[in-house]
Formats: sequence, C-alpha cells, structure tokens
Amino acid sequence: MAVNLEAGWREASIAGTVFEAGNSVEYITGTWRTLRPVRDEERCTNCMICWVYCPDSSILVEDGKVVGFDYDHCKGCGICAAECPVKVDKHAYTGKPGKVIQMVEEVSMQVGK
Amino acid sequence: MAKSKAMALDGAHAVAEAMRQINPDVVAAYPITPQTEVVMTFSNFVADGLVDTEFIPVESEHGAMSTCVGASAAGGRVMTATASVGLALMLEVVYVAASLHLPIVMAVVNRALSAPLNIHCDHSDSMMARDAGWIQLYSENPQEAYDNVIQAVRIAERLSLPVMVMQDGFITGHGVERVEVLEDGAVKEFIGEYKPKHSLLDVDNPATYGTWAMYNFYFEFKRQQTDALSKAMPVIVEVGEEYGRLTGRKYGILDTYEMDDAEMAIVVLASTAGTARMVMRGLRQKGVKIGFIKPRVFRPFPAKEFVETLAGVKAVGVLDRSIAFGAMNGLGPGPLYLELCAALFAAGNTTTKVADYIFGLGGRDITPAHIEKVAQDLAQIAETGEVKTVVSYLGLRE
Repeated sequence: MAVNLEAGWREASIAGTVFEAGNSVEYITGTWRTLRPVRDEERCTNCMICWVYCPDSSILVEDGKVVGFDYDHCKGCGICAAECPVKVDKHAYTGKPGKVIQMVEEVSMQVGK
Repeated sequence: MAKSKAMALDGAHAVAEAMRQINPDVVAAYPITPQTEVVMTFSNFVADGLVDTEFIPVESEHGAMSTCVGASAAGGRVMTATASVGLALMLEVVYVAASLHLPIVMAVVNRALSAPLNIHCDHSDSMMARDAGWIQLYSENPQEAYDNVIQAVRIAERLSLPVMVMQDGFITGHGVERVEVLEDGAVKEFIGEYKPKHSLLDVDNPATYGTWAMYNFYFEFKRQQTDALSKAMPVIVEVGEEYGRLTGRKYGILDTYEMDDAEMAIVVLASTAGTARMVMRGLRQKGVKIGFIKPRVFRPFPAKEFVETLAGVKAVGVLDRSIAFGAMNGLGPGPLYLELCAALFAAGNTTTKVADYIFGLGGRDITPAHIEKVAQDLAQIAETGEVKTVVSYLGLRE
C-alpha cells in the first residue's frame, strides 16, 4: 500500500506512524549506490555468509541458493564483498582476481547475478 | 461526592499516593532533588506489592523518558517524575513523547536550572520545555498536585498527548499539608481502563513508531501536533468539572480571585498564589480594586481566557519565576509576561498595561511585602497609564 506523497496533514497518519509490516520494501534505496556488487555465480558456493551479513536483506535466495542481488535496495555498502570467503583468480565479470563477490562502479551498470 | 480521607502529605508524597492509586503499568525514573521522594516512595509501594507496576530504575533521565516512550508505545499506562536538570537531560525525548502523541504523565517538581547548581524552586525547568508539545498544569499546593496528577491521566489518554504536572520544589514538594485523598476505588474508576489505540505489542495490527520523515512530510506531522493541542482546553475543562463532581474540588483553566470588578491584577503561577491571595484579601478589605489570576493551565496557553478576564483591567503585574534571557532587547522578562502580552496584543487590547516582576529564582523567598509593592506599582500604572519599568525584580539584592 503506497503512501500518498501528496497527503495533507489531516490525511497523513499521526506522527508518521506506520501501520503496515515490512512496507519499507516499497522505498527504493538502490539509487543511493555508487558501487554495486557483482557475483561470479559459477564459483559461488552458496555458503550464505553474504546473506547473513547484508544489512539491507538484498541477497536474493531461492531453495537454498543465491540467485542474485536486489538492486532496488542494495546500497552498495560492500559488506558482502568483504565477507565473501571464496577466492577466484579471474572473476567471470570483472576479470580481476579477488573474491566471488566484487564491487564495481555503479555507472558501469555491470550486472552480476 | 466520593469519600476521602485526610492525610498529612507533602507534595511529593501526595503525587506518590496518586500514582499508587493510578497503578500505572510502567514507571521508569531517575532520582533528582526535589522529585526523589515521588519515585522513592512509589518504589516502596512496588517493593511492598501495593501496585502491579513494572518499576524500571534507569541510568539517567534520558533513559527514563526513553523507557517511558517505549512502554507507552507498547500500550502501557506510563508515568515518571523529574525536575530541573533532569528535565533538561531528557529534553530530547520529551519532544519525542509529544511528537508521537504518547499519553505519558510526568510530575515535575520545579527546581532551578544550573549553573550555579541550585536545588530550590523556580520555574526555569518547566518553562524550558514549554514548546515541547506537552500539556502543562501547575499546582499551588499538595492537594492540587494530587488532584492534577489523577486528572492528568484522563486528560492524556483522551487527547493522546503527554501531560506535565508541576508543583514548586521544596515549597510544596517538601511542605506537609492536609490532603484529601480519595478511596482507591474512586481513583481507579475515574481514570478508567486504558485502551491504547495502536500498541507495539499488538502483533495482529503491526505499527512502527518513531519513523524517519524527510522535508516532504515533517511539516505535516508538526501541524498535527498543533491540531491536537488546539483541541485540548475543552477536554481539560470537562475532566476538571467531572473531578469537581467527584470530589467537590472543581478545576478549570484560570483560578481567579476578585477579578469581576478589578482594575488591577496580579498574575502568578503555583504556590506564590497562596501568598498573593492573602495579600489581595487585605487590599480588598481596604477597598483596593485588585484581583489576581492563577493560571492552572500553561500549555495550551489560556490566551482567550486571559483576554476575557483582563477586559477592562488597567494594570497587570505578572510575576515570573523564570527569565526568558535575551527577550525584549535583553530586558529579560519571563515567559508568562511574553505569552500574556502576545495574547492581549493579538486580541487588540492595547489599553491594559503590563509590567513584569521576576521573583523567587533559585528558591529566593517571596513575601507579602513584595506583593504589596507590586500592588502599589500597579496603582501608579493604572493612574498614569504608563509602565515606567517593564521588568523589575522582587527580592533581588541590587
């Protein structure tokens, strides 16, 4: 249920109290990024450490496997890349040595899964 | 009228007794003179099993109000008490309580702000918080403190706004007087059961309190607070009348004495009103056409009621027990003067002349002689139509 952004003071909920659970998902924070994570999905071991650490619940998981990043909400903090324990010699997307998750410039719009 | 029992109580114990009868869900508090006995006495009630209250001794007044906010948002009936720099320390969260429309009731036993460190009475503390969005009630004596705290619970819950009940530190806080105390059942019935609207603990109807608001919404939320306060006076009056039917002691907005044909008036809050009343009585016996007004309600400010009561009055002496430093080119009147003048000016009354008298700071004594001097000044002002000195001091060593 989207908030009416043109609501006058009479219509807006008192003190901005929110009466829905989990509706912060409607607020898009992905635009705040300057860096985005890209994942070498072939080399990912699905250890779930990135999912545990992500402060914005932006690691998408289905059936016990990582399927991608929620780029609508990922703020590019880099914690997933820092915590990822798996090393690669040549990342499938960046070509660089490092981890399975690497941070790239947001303006590059590289899409990793 | 309900039965009551006379007890010898000082203001702090009177408030504690009211709290015992109210039996709130949560009390979170930190001690500070001259409030300490309010919560200390109440904690004895908790230890003795006389109340069901969850009593939370916190690490500071900031923690106290934070805990109260959380408990109130969770749907509890919540009370606390503080004074002076304790109120200053919790001020951040005091604003939050009002902004979130939480019906917290807090006893403030008025004490001077620092520096220098002073534990005695003046109104600088509650006046500091006058723009926080709370309802503010002032009590003249322990009886009024007891009565106001009980009414505050009803007022707060009906308006969904927090209420501060003031009384003068040491003067009434530590001054034992005869207090008519209601039966427990009568208080319980008067305050009724609290039915919180959107409790944090109602998991079937989730609510998030204290969200973030950007420049596109903050303004609207503040406007809502004004809306709530603009509707407060009639509720305060109604609760006061109902309390009057219960106890024989009716409460309103302004407590007036001999104002009907008064040409001069003294305006004063809290315990000094007792001294003023005595002086007025003496002056009236001499035929002086003077009266006095003791506001019980400071927030919302009774502008309309003042304008009505002061219609035709030639000279008003406002007694302020705090200074609004820097106001009026640094002349430093007090907040009661400033708000009264604004009310008169807004109503188009430019004939009533107003003079301000700062008194009693840091517990400096105020005597009948001081008030008689004010009355003499007012007679001069009424005759000449001129206020020679806007701000004067009573009891100050020059």
